[in-house]
Order: sequence, then structure tokens, then C-alpha cells
Amino acid sequence: MSESSHSSRRAGPSHRSVEIGVTLSIALLALIGIAGSLQAGIGWAAEGPRAGFFPFYISLIILISSGINLVNAMRDFSGRELFAEWSQLRQVVSVVIPATIYVFAVPVLGMYVSSGLLIAAFMKWLGRYNWLVVLAVAIVVPVIIFIFFERWFLVPLPKGPLEDWLGL
Amino acid sequence: MIEDIGNLFHGFAVVLQPYNVVLMVLGIVLGVIIGVLPGLGGANGIAILLPLTFSMSPTSAIIMLSCIYWGALFGGAITSVLFNIPGEPWSVATTFDGYPMAQQGKAGEALTAAFTSSFFGALFAVIVITLLAPLVASFALEFGPPEIFSVYFLAFCSFVGLSKEPPFKTVASMMIGFALGSVGLDQMTGQLRLTFGFPELLSGFDFLIAVIGLFGIGEILLTMEEGLNFRGNTAKINPKVVLQTWAELPRYWMTSLRSCVIGCWMGISPAGATPASFMSYGIAKRVAKNGNKFGTGVIEGVVAPETAAHAAGTSALLPMLSLGVPGSPTAAVLLGGLLIWGLQPGPLLFVEQKDFVWGLIASMYLGNVVGLIIVLTCVPLFAAILRVPFSIIGPIILVMCAIGAYTVHNNTFDVVMMMVFGVAGYLLKKTDYPLAPLVLAIVLGDKAEEGFRQSLLASQGSLSVFFSNGLVGSIMALGLIALFWPLIQDGWSRLHARPAT
Repeated sequence: MSESSHSSRRAGPSHRSVEIGVTLSIALLALIGIAGSLQAGIGWAAEGPRAGFFPFYISLIILISSGINLVNAMRDFSGRELFAEWSQLRQVVSVVIPATIYVFAVPVLGMYVSSGLLIAAFMKWLGRYNWLVVLAVAIVVPVIIFIFFERWFLVPLPKGPLEDWLGL
Repeated sequence: MIEDIGNLFHGFAVVLQPYNVVLMVLGIVLGVIIGVLPGLGGANGIAILLPLTFSMSPTSAIIMLSCIYWGALFGGAITSVLFNIPGEPWSVATTFDGYPMAQQGKAGEALTAAFTSSFFGALFAVIVITLLAPLVASFALEFGPPEIFSVYFLAFCSFVGLSKEPPFKTVASMMIGFALGSVGLDQMTGQLRLTFGFPELLSGFDFLIAVIGLFGIGEILLTMEEGLNFRGNTAKINPKVVLQTWAELPRYWMTSLRSCVIGCWMGISPAGATPASFMSYGIAKRVAKNGNKFGTGVIEGVVAPETAAHAAGTSALLPMLSLGVPGSPTAAVLLGGLLIWGLQPGPLLFVEQKDFVWGLIASMYLGNVVGLIIVLTCVPLFAAILRVPFSIIGPIILVMCAIGAYTVHNNTFDVVMMMVFGVAGYLLKKTDYPLAPLVLAIVLGDKAEEGFRQSLLASQGSLSVFFSNGLVGSIMALGLIALFWPLIQDGWSRLHARPAT
């Protein structure tokens, strides 16, 4: 599974650019907060401070600290430090993509079927197990989850076409 | 005082009901598993399992959940010693000496030392809670809105002043939490805010989703990046090793006691278990005669961080119970649980819910005894979990997180939000933004805002209300000192350095 290359050539995005990106995204969040607070009203009304009063100042503090963080990031990082190597980021993305597909599949296929598919995809892609093992784990785990949640603790999980067809 | 002891014994009677004992053992076992697995920790582990308790009585629920927490605290040590992988951030310091000991074939000694000192750390903290919590609570019953806000102010200022992350990143992260917490219905005016017309945002951001995403998914992504290969030592723990180590441990009573005090102090002020374990390790290393041998496998180097981490993790529940201000993300999740079960955290709990409070305190005593026995006897079993390859365990953890996120409100949109929080958590963690203040701010945002606005309402908008009497003034002053602590420390050392140069 570990793909950590031992080559001397290390490449990847610089820590500085990621740091700046994160700071700017936070500043954007602050601007959205300020806009929303202004909509709700930041002044005083008969019943005291209005709904936007508190979030307005909160967002203002975020904006100011983002400014300081941005200056610090420009000063502290030369641009030569790596955020992570490409091979490492590839590992991260190889989790993010199936996981994102998974969270959007849950409402459509139901929790059990999509979970089984996710486990199968991981084991086949990253673990390179043979189909027999993959199928066994991908079927047994959702069944255990079903018994534990629906039968023992009576917590219903989202169901899809398969459960309808089985009449569960 | 006498009445409290009576209440405590009544608490023991509640905890020792067979149903509660079963939940306790189940909680500890689940907790150790959570502590051992990467990506699952005390906070998100409890967040995931919280929906299972919705149908239980609050006392049984808190017994199970707090035992999961003790289990997670114990579990972190197993992976640190055997695999050199800290299962929890607070066990990082345990790897420094624990792993070298395991490599020298002394894994049994290291684990016994770790578990036993965790136990004593927790026990010390529980005694502190038993003695102090009722006092603090009865004191806090007198608090009005300005005092309540000042306590929150102190809690959040200590985060900024005491954390090792850059202060403005801590501020930013905390304020993001407050901003996220304020989305949705404004509790005081009943007006909607920051929803921008999206019906999904009407009920705001739930901090449980944030916890599961930030800590759970974020941690899995970090694990993938590091490309862990689990190659561990085998655990051989037998009664002989345990007894031998126990015979040796009393020698380190001073280290242990010091770590207990550090841990309790750091746990009550919301700095948390992780800095406590590092600080305690650092001080033990400086003070010890064989300080230069630290890092090569000294048993003292295991005792110090483990005691402090467990003391801090346990004492974090003191402010949660008596003031309604959690000292750690995990305590925050437990606080969220109280709200869901219909209990109001804070000083009134000690008056209105005696059964619950003393049941919880009693379960802290018993839970740690049960925990110590379970981990000492079952180490090899738990270590075997880590030998399951990540390509199998990884997706299963993901599925558990998704189920946890869904069951909070039976809403599939929350599962998508969890994923968003997960990616954000990965990026924030990599760029040194602390996540704990963000989570605590989401939980406490409503109440802090309420206290702030009610105080301003009473004073017609003048901030002087926060310095209007001795009590609120001194808590606010303490907060300001905590906030500017790095600057004060800096100025102090410069003042002293000048004559020397």
C-alpha cells in the first residue's frame, strides 16, 4: 500500500501557496459572514442588539486575523518548503474521491449497499485483494451493521432499492 | 460535604446495577478499540456512538459514553508503545520512551507502566472532581449573564494564550466556530440569519457533524498521506511482568504526583490532555537525575505523559459538569449529549439531577478500575486490530463516520457536510490551525452570545458591565492575562535578560 518513493527528487505544491490559499478561503468565509450579518441587521432595535450584531463582529475578527495570518505566511515561508509530495497527495485524493462519491450515493442506494461498494472499492483498489475476499468483507460488514443498528439499537439507516426489493 | 459522600455512595449503587455494569464494560471495550484505530478518537468516537444512547436513560447513557472515553484514553497507549503510532494526539509523548522499551523487549513493562499511571492520573482527577465540582457549582449558581459570559471569555482566552499554534490562527479558527454556530435561527429574536435562503442551513451547523468530519475524516486523510505501515512489536503481558513493574512504580511517585497536578491544571483550564502530556514529559526529563537517558526507553518517560494525559482528560469534565463549559472536545461532545437527553449542563445539574451527576462521578471511579483490568488482560487482542490492513479498516472507519453523521438528525445532507468538514479539517490541520477551539466555539457559541447580549441589554450597550463588580471583573482580567500570556512572558524574560547582557 505504501507508495513512498525513495527517490531524491521531491516534488509537490509549496507549503506557502497552500497556506495562502487556506487563509484566503477563510477571509472569503468572513466576507460571507459580514454580508449575511448586514442582511440580518447589526444595529440595535427595541429588543436589544439585532440578530446580525454578534456574527458581524465575529466575522470582522476573522477577517482581521486572516490579514495578519496572510502577512505571517508570506514572511515565514520561502516557497521552497513542500506541503506534501505529489505521491502523498495522490494517496489522499484516492480516499477523497471514492468517499465523496459514497456520501452522494447514500441517499440513492441506501447506507448498506453504498457502504458495501465503498469497502469493495477500497480493498480492490488499494489493497489488491482477490474478489473472493473482497466480496466476503463487503457483504459481511453491512450485514453486521444492519443487525447492530436496526435490530439491537433500533436506529434506522437510509435504505435504497435493494432493501425495498428484499422487503426489509 | 457529608451529604456529597452520601450522594456518591448512592451513585455507586446506581452504577452497580447489572444493566449499567454491562454498559460500562461494553463502553470500555468500544473505547479501547476507538483509541487503537487511527482516525477514531475520543471526541468523534463518542459523537458516532451518541445516537445509540438516545433511547437509554441519561444516567445509563453517560455511563456508557464516559466509559468509551476512558477506554479511548487507555487505548492510545497501546499503539504508542507497540507500533510507535500514537492512536491519540495525547499519546505522542508516550512513544518517546514507550516504543524504545518495546523494541528492547520490554513491551509488557511499558504497557503496565502506562496503564497503571493512567489509572492513577485518572483517579487523582476524579478525587479532585468529587471534592471541587460541588463547590464550584454552588458558587456558580449565583452567576448572572455578565459572569457567565466572563467564564466563556476566560475559557476561550486561555486557548489563545496557551496553545502552541500561532495566536492569530487560534483566533481565526475559534471565530470560524462562533460564526458557524450562529448560522440559523437566532435564539433571542427568533430571526433567521446567515442562511442565504438555503433550507438546509435553517437548523445551523451541528457540532457533532463538525467533530466527526474534522477529527474523523480529516485524520483518515492524514493517515493516508503518511502512508502508514503497521509493523509492531508483540505484546507479552503476564502476571509476573505486571507485578514486577508494579513493585518498581512506587519509586516514581514524585513524577507521578507532579504529572497529576499538571494534568489537572491543564485539563480544567481548557488547554487539554495533549499539551499536558508534553509538558509533563518535558519537566520530568529536566528534573530527573537520568534526564539525558530520556528517549532511550526509561520507564519514567512513560509514567509522566500517561499520568498527565489521563488526569487532564478526566479533569476536563469538571468545568463541563459544574459550569457547563467543556474543557476538551470530548467533554464538549458529552455536553452535547446532555442537551440531547434533555438535561441542562451547568451548576443547576448538581441541584436538580443528583442521580445523574453522582452516577457519572461514581462511574468514573469504577470505570477506570474496570478499564485497567480489561486493558491489562486483553492487550494482545486489541493489538491484533491494528494488524488488519488499512485498506480494510480505512473504509470501515469511513462508513462508521457516515453512519454517525447520519444518525444525529437522520439527515443525509449531514453526511455530505461531514465530508466537507473532513477535507477542511485536513487542510486546517496541515496549516497549523487548531481544531479544538473551533469545535468548542460551535458548541458554546449560542450561550456565549446569549450571555453577551443579555449583559449588554441590561447595561444599554456599555461594555463596562463586564467590569461592574469584583467577581466578573477579576474573571475578565484573568481572561485578558491568559490572552496576552505569551506577550507577558516575553516581556518578563526581556526585563530579566537586560541586566545580564
